[in-house]
Amino acid sequence: MPAALEFREASKQYAGARAPALVGLSLRVEPGETCVLVGPSGSGKTTAMRMVNRMVDLTSGDILIDGRSVREAKPAELRRHIGYVIQHVGLFPHRTALQNIGTVPQLLGWPKQRIAERARELVALVGLEPELADRYPAQLSGGQRQRVGVARALAADPPLMLMDEPFGALDPITRDRLQDEFERLKERVSTTIVFVTHDIDEAIRLGDRIAVLRQGGELAQYATPGELLLRPADAFVEEFVGPDRSLKRLALLQVSDVELEPVGAVASSDTPLSPATSLRDALAALLQEPEGRLPVAEGGQVLGCLTVDAVHAKLRREAGAPSRG
Amino acid sequence: MIVAQFEIRDDFRERSCVADNGFCPNWIADNLDRYWAPLGEHVYLTLVAVAIGFVIAAALALVAHRHRRLVGPIVNVTGILYTIPSVAAFFLLLPLTGRGRTTALIALVAYTLLILFRNMIDGLDSVPEESRDAGRGMGLTRRQLLWRVEIPLALPAILAGLRVASTTTVGLVALAFFAGAGGLGEQINADLAFKSNVVICSVLCVVLAATLDGLILLVQRALTPWTRAVSA
Repeated sequence: MPAALEFREASKQYAGARAPALVGLSLRVEPGETCVLVGPSGSGKTTAMRMVNRMVDLTSGDILIDGRSVREAKPAELRRHIGYVIQHVGLFPHRTALQNIGTVPQLLGWPKQRIAERARELVALVGLEPELADRYPAQLSGGQRQRVGVARALAADPPLMLMDEPFGALDPITRDRLQDEFERLKERVSTTIVFVTHDIDEAIRLGDRIAVLRQGGELAQYATPGELLLRPADAFVEEFVGPDRSLKRLALLQVSDVELEPVGAVASSDTPLSPATSLRDALAALLQEPEGRLPVAEGGQVLGCLTVDAVHAKLRREAGAPSRG
Repeated sequence: MIVAQFEIRDDFRERSCVADNGFCPNWIADNLDRYWAPLGEHVYLTLVAVAIGFVIAAALALVAHRHRRLVGPIVNVTGILYTIPSVAAFFLLLPLTGRGRTTALIALVAYTLLILFRNMIDGLDSVPEESRDAGRGMGLTRRQLLWRVEIPLALPAILAGLRVASTTTVGLVALAFFAGAGGLGEQINADLAFKSNVVICSVLCVVLAATLDGLILLVQRALTPWTRAVSA
């Protein structure tokens, strides 16, 4: 069962630091949701995440998991029930991928047989080739290591998982593929996720809700990706999400979200779009067409025609402005 | 010295070779069994000294691993012990502990501490910080982290230190006769002029050092298979 997570006025003042790292963070993550903490460096996002499993202790305020304060549990006990993935993975170099995945079940005292079965299951779940399971971390690529890292965090089916820039150290192509796989993985595992990143695109892509933190450890806005792009709370958030926020919104929408026009004179040579294509990719395709229009088809049946104007109108309507035409 | 020479040469076939203090294979073949007892003493002193040194160094390393500020002072003190020439140490200890194995062992143990301690600390320090962080974050207690992650990862360095300490100690035990502790050194000293005697003792020392070195290396290979895993 995924856990509900609640920050209540959670603050952190590191000893010897002049300014607090995090100031009165209050937010609630519903069970099964992915909450992305995003912000520039020095915004306290990693501190906020690490306070959940008490890798960093709260200075004031509280954090509740399913209504229970993290202060009540012994740190080691608490952590065994919270998945933990970090940027540099931190696999144990002296253990094989399979042994690494079995770390937490072993701590929880599962029988050997069950640990082995579960570890094999996870190898498959994270898309690792089975023959890599008995390799040592030094024999794996960066992407493979991070897959093992995610599998290790999921091993004991934690109700809550913490991920600190898990794809930050990977090359762009591997990162993109792992983000893709992560989106699919989210559907298959039922766990609440707190995900830290400094990359707003990653936040928009992977988050159900996004908490934007500003320097000094204050929460600037907590919203769904759509809301964040549509209605940034202030100038800081607006700048942080970037000048291309309408394009980012397109990435959140699909062709099927737009009203299609009846099929007119469409050249038969045009490759039709699928309704599941993101509007961002669809627009890119439309801009290459002399007429600015493309057919949309599913299973060989043409559903209608997508135009640049229709995409524009959709964005305007969402923003609450009257649409033209 | 004269008496010793007579003792050691009482049984021989090649009178001229032996009389010339030469290297005499036949004499060696006939008299090899007189060397087993000194060799046994040599092995005993080496193993006991290294074992005691290992236990003390390990205790110091575990304390220093927790309290980092102790690393410097411990390195300094064991460093001073290391710089005292062992022969001098034997003589310095004579008035306190008298002649015999105890004196020899105290000096030999003191000599191993720096090598063993530094390798242990270096090994523990070589554990990747992210592995430590991940381990703690998954709920390993401090003790579990030490025994399941830090010590296994420190093993290559720890065992490398053990190899150096063992081979060095084999050499130093050859001087333990100054403390009256026996060993192959005493046997060499019994007839320094006789080549056959010196060669046997020296060869036995070398073989002993190489054997210990090889044994520890085998143990290391068995215990640390990941160090030979080649990158994909």
